[in-house]
Amino acid sequence: MNLTLKIWRQAGPTTKGEMVTYPVTEISEDMSFLEMLDVLNEQLNARGEEPIAFDSDCREGICGMCGLMISGKAHGPEVTTTCQLHMRSFSDGDEITVEPWRADAFPVIKDLVVDRSSFDRIIQAGGFISANTGSAPEAHSVPVPKDKADRAFMAAACIGCGACVAACPNASGMLFMGAKITHLGELPQGQPERDARVVNMVSQHDHEGFGGCTNIGECSSACPKEIPLDVINQLNKDLRGALMRGE
Amino acid sequence: MTTTSTTPDSPLPGLVHGLYAEGEPIRDTKAPTGPIDRRWNTRKFEASLVNPANRRKLSVIIVGTGLAGGAAAATLGEAGYNVKSFCYQDSPRRAHSIAAQGGINAAKNYKEDGDSVYRLFYDTVKGGDYRSRESNVYRLAEVSTNIIDQCVAQGVPFAREYGGLLDNRSFGGVQVSRTFYARGQTGQQLLIGAYQALERQVAAGTVEMFNRHEMLEVVVVDGKARGIIARDLVTGEIETHLADAVVLASGGYGNVFYLSTNAMGSNVTATWRAHRKGAYFGNPCYTQIHPTCIPVAGEHQSKLTLMSESLRNDGRIWVPKNAADCEKDPREIPEEDRDYYLERIYPSFGNLVPRDIASRQAKNVCDEGRGVGPKVGDFRRGVYLDFTDALKRMSAEAVAEKYGNLLDMYQRITGENPYEVPMRIYPAVHYTMGGLWVDYDLQSSIPGLFVTGEANFSDHGANRLGASALMQGLADGYFVLPHTIRDYLAKGPFDKLDESHEAVAEARASVDARVAKLLSINGDRSVDSFHKELGNIMWEYCGMERSEEGLRKAIDLIRGLRDEFWRNVKVLGAADTLNQSLEKAGRVADFLELGELMCIDALHRRESCGGHFRAESQTEDGEALRHDDEFAYVAAWEWGGQDGAPVLHKEDLVYEFVELKQRSYK
Ligand SMILES: Cc1cc2nc3c(=O)[nH]c(=O)nc-3n(C[C@H](O)[C@H](O)[C@H](O)COP(=O)(O)OP(=O)(O)OC[C@H]3O[C@@H](n4cnc5c(N)ncnc54)[C@H](O)[C@@H]3O)c2cc1C
Ligand code: SF4
Ligand code: FES
Repeated sequence: MNLTLKIWRQAGPTTKGEMVTYPVTEISEDMSFLEMLDVLNEQLNARGEEPIAFDSDCREGICGMCGLMISGKAHGPEVTTTCQLHMRSFSDGDEITVEPWRADAFPVIKDLVVDRSSFDRIIQAGGFISANTGSAPEAHSVPVPKDKADRAFMAAACIGCGACVAACPNASGMLFMGAKITHLGELPQGQPERDARVVNMVSQHDHEGFGGCTNIGECSSACPKEIPLDVINQLNKDLRGALMRGE
Repeated sequence: MTTTSTTPDSPLPGLVHGLYAEGEPIRDTKAPTGPIDRRWNTRKFEASLVNPANRRKLSVIIVGTGLAGGAAAATLGEAGYNVKSFCYQDSPRRAHSIAAQGGINAAKNYKEDGDSVYRLFYDTVKGGDYRSRESNVYRLAEVSTNIIDQCVAQGVPFAREYGGLLDNRSFGGVQVSRTFYARGQTGQQLLIGAYQALERQVAAGTVEMFNRHEMLEVVVVDGKARGIIARDLVTGEIETHLADAVVLASGGYGNVFYLSTNAMGSNVTATWRAHRKGAYFGNPCYTQIHPTCIPVAGEHQSKLTLMSESLRNDGRIWVPKNAADCEKDPREIPEEDRDYYLERIYPSFGNLVPRDIASRQAKNVCDEGRGVGPKVGDFRRGVYLDFTDALKRMSAEAVAEKYGNLLDMYQRITGENPYEVPMRIYPAVHYTMGGLWVDYDLQSSIPGLFVTGEANFSDHGANRLGASALMQGLADGYFVLPHTIRDYLAKGPFDKLDESHEAVAEARASVDARVAKLLSINGDRSVDSFHKELGNIMWEYCGMERSEEGLRKAIDLIRGLRDEFWRNVKVLGAADTLNQSLEKAGRVADFLELGELMCIDALHRRESCGGHFRAESQTEDGEALRHDDEFAYVAAWEWGGQDGAPVLHKEDLVYEFVELKQRSYK
């Protein structure tokens, strides 16, 4: 198929960017979206134009490194990651816009590449269970009810891609954070630090410049791992409780 | 300058096979002797301690934040050392360990099915086709149980039974259930556990994290590893980082084949640069080819996707009996015209033969012209993995419950519905057992340079069993390295160094020169085109089946390609910004050197063993034939210099506990 791509080009963090139009031809529907960009980059390179910078690593939907706004949708039209989106989701003649995640907390580095280290700093603030190596008790000493284990697992499936932030009109990181609060909060091992965790993470989130949640739900619809909105309810409940208990 | 790297056309005189020299044998001097179940305790006891008050003064650089590096950084940080951690991705959480699906082994014996540390040890030595070190493997089995405890304490959500206890499954043809798992996302969950422990230390100030940094050189001063040269991938700045010890946990080099199940950025640069500075490379030709991957769809393919081999438990593998049927709709090919070749050749194991055998037989039937799916080059490279019988036997719901996420992934990538049409699979490069040579302490042949996880050669011999790489990464990172490195650090802090030291400045200058050279060639061909061509050569001649003739041809082709690379590669953009072409170019340059060494190693090992089949070494009925009398050793290769030839050092493998046997699956 033949397509018209409009792609955000920006030379560096402080330079001004713009949309540039690139026609591409003979795209096979078996290609992934990123392979289609690879083909374009090979053509640009051959013409002596600098290839378009974009992030990806595993290309199998699990590392969370890829992430593009494709025609206004985070990760494009399907519920999946950008790297797992295939060209059969598009039709001949389509015009597709490709932009980076847009959020104050995710500044653009170059072209389609953004800086998501604010997510790491939210985890640093409390997204862990303190268990020094070697100090762990025998694994079977604390059984975990299956329903709790399953819910923890569901929330732990978050890949930290940032699509939830990019999709949210407020650029809020609440779905990402709620997923971590729920994952660790469902487990007996996560209880001792539960109050401090939510308070510290939320405070870091706000400090990084993410917006607040106004229950729009775009985050969950864009999430490639289908993290449900109720993790945000869990977060809010935990936060209220922790504040009441004077954390 | 260390840029161009052509080897002379005429072989140097006195070389074995005209390709390499043979040096002194080496051996591991760190493993204690005596009963195997006491060796690790003895070593831990004998290793010197470092007073807690002194730890802050001792600095360690760790390259890599996968299971092996992330776990080590967290643990050394908790112990109070001064740690600097590096990864090329934008966050340590994205290391390629995240992609592991199936599970992690541990000898917990929760199923009371006869498992034990000794059995895990035995299975792993046998699975490695008797080419690994007994002491190391025993230790791996021994600490495996601690890993599960540690991960559960961190909140890793392993699968559980209704009673709340941990569930196990049997994996990779093993007869006991010792594999712990978190649906198809075990690697992700284990890595997030290590990542969170690491970020906790970043917050505590014991670990300093350098994301989007790529190590490009190791600094060796007075024979000791004392730091690295890294490029900040965002600003392009070349930075010098000095420390008392360096750990490489940089993962495997499967991307030398261009197409593999590894992440796009997986590379050999960290270990290859160390190799060039004196670290021996162990068994470089030992690669694992995984039988159940989604086949190549076309020339544009950028990577391959693995599907868990658990699919072989219920799926049946076949190709048409007649090449003429290969283009037909598989549903229209009657039963009598199908060749369920694994069931036919190996009636007792059938579709569950080990990975190496399943892979090679798939290649054989495709070479015969009976492959299915699109033609890539001259052949169709695919075989059917058919769930029709399973769907009849188990119902679609039951199949979906067990394999739903895999079947969905298949559909997303291929656009075909596996509930209706048989899936197509083909083997792909998946793991590299080879890596930098290390002793029992995980120290390389450069003092102060330690190597952990997939980056070292150590525990899997010539073939890796499923669910054992995650075990090794976490064993090395949490429980082994933190003990062995202290024995080395106890001798420090070493002389203060600064960036003006001759050896440091030289390392840095060589990186600057290489970057400048890559950007100045301005030839006609893209980096990817060289990488693809190298991958084709490696896959054709140094993949599943190897022969002397093919390997010699490959070596010539690689030398020619490398020569062309340094004359004709085209890398645009500047050194002082994010430049992904430049990153790739550096990696491919190193693959072009590694590829040759892999072929030389493969050529010298005239036996079929583990993951690799040597055409000249087979039984009458075409099965792999090992030669323990000649080849029961580790091949540790020393860099022979830019225009020299590599030097082979043999480490004899001594089996005191496990008896060597030929594997048979007939
Ligand atoms: C698809 C897939 C499925 C698998 N499934 C299983 C399974 O079910 N069970 C199992 O046991 N094993 C499995 N394996 C194997 C296992 O996942 C890996 O062997 C293991 O995770 C490797 O861990 P590591 O820590 O050694 O390296 P990695 O996780 O690969 O980490 C490498 C790290 O090094 C960094 N790095 C690399 N080079 C540089 C450089 N030059 N400069 C700076 N940083 C650098 C990277 O940024 C990264 O942080 C699987 C592998 C794949 C590919
Ligand atoms: S919650 Fe979903 S969209 Fe947000 S970071 Fe996690 S996986 Fe990505
Ligand atoms: S590249 Fe890893 S999730 Fe897309």
